[in-house]
Amino acid sequence: MNSVPNGLGVDKVHVWRGDLHVLKGVSLQVRPGELVHVAGPNGSGKSTLLRVITGLLHPEQGTVTWCSKAIERFGAEYQAHLAYLSHEPALKGDLTAVENLRFSVGIKRRVSPAELRDALRHTGVPHCADLPARVLSAGQRRRVAMARVLAMRASLWLLDEPFTNLDAQGTELVSRLLRSHVLQGGLAVVVAHHELTLECPLRRLELNA
Amino acid sequence: MSVGPVEAFWLITRRELYLSFRRPEQLLQPLVFFLIVTTLFPLGLNLQLSLLRDMSPGVLWVAALLSSLLSLDALFKSDADDGTLEQLALSGQGLALIVTAKTCAHWVVSGAALVMVAPLVAIALNIPSVAFATMMVSLAMGTLTLSWLGAIGAGLTIGLRRGNVLLSLIVLPLAMPLLIFGAAATDRAISQISAAGALYFLAALCVFTCTLAPFAAAAALRITLE
Repeated sequence: MNSVPNGLGVDKVHVWRGDLHVLKGVSLQVRPGELVHVAGPNGSGKSTLLRVITGLLHPEQGTVTWCSKAIERFGAEYQAHLAYLSHEPALKGDLTAVENLRFSVGIKRRVSPAELRDALRHTGVPHCADLPARVLSAGQRRRVAMARVLAMRASLWLLDEPFTNLDAQGTELVSRLLRSHVLQGGLAVVVAHHELTLECPLRRLELNA
Repeated sequence: MSVGPVEAFWLITRRELYLSFRRPEQLLQPLVFFLIVTTLFPLGLNLQLSLLRDMSPGVLWVAALLSSLLSLDALFKSDADDGTLEQLALSGQGLALIVTAKTCAHWVVSGAALVMVAPLVAIALNIPSVAFATMMVSLAMGTLTLSWLGAIGAGLTIGLRRGNVLLSLIVLPLAMPLLIFGAAATDRAISQISAAGALYFLAALCVFTCTLAPFAAAAALRITLE
């Protein structure tokens, strides 16, 4: 009932962490060209929900479907369709921004260095391309991580607090990228504390602690 | 355009090598440890030359196992801490392939490097040069097997605070056959008897772990990633 053709479906998912019932029967549908904003207080399981959608975390009950098929049945193939931005920027301090992207995007799809520089330009950090990631500020790292999401050209974006550490311009920029992704028919699930004001199809899912 | 497994394997291996060579001190630490521990023996024990020769295979192998163990803890740890491991797991490539690439790269910078410096140590331990070839071949197979055993252990102990101690406790008992057959092969080569039997055993262990450990380590990582 909750499966979505060409989209993502989360059907009555329950997750326990030890004795803690983190997700209590969460359901959610995302169609192409739609953004779902997951909100809720700390500890309400927002990040856990994202990890369930990535397939890293298996729910004790309930299913996650992609194009009406349970994601377990795809294997690694499903993950080729998604780009995940986690709390940590997942950058190696000893590699430059471009090298970081080359290795993490490169195992997902064939990508040229020019394309990666282009992605860095889109997120406003072209000058950081050849700097080792360890000298970048937290906000700059966030932007490089966002460039990775962009360069993956995935249809499903799963962003966990994408606005953390970003200045006003950065927030504006990420909002713009999200909007154009969704308007081009992409899907997005965004976990964020503050309100999202985007001119695109947007739904809000409130999780309770 | 999706990326084939071979291409992904090379990319991950290259990334690991880049990272290792940007941090040369991490690369050198196990090697220096190996050199120091083995050279301490002849200094600390006032042995006769013949006795030293009898003890040297054991000393060499224990030092090699311990120094390989030093770097194993870091195999997945830093990637797990900074979120890179999640990104790798979500790359659409099989986890077993990722583990294989990482372990191979780890062996190149730890095990293979150790095999290269082994003749230096062998000279200090008065091992005759006729035994060098057997010693190096056995060490190469032994360290590769150990890297694989370590990959399983490291995958299981990522999330733990004192993971490195537990890692040693998991890996060292499993490494006992390596020590026994490795030291036996070296010992026989020194005495100039055929070491084929011991080498075959080492090769069998090496093939066994190389073929099965990727899946076991991938399963261990999948559990810890949850």
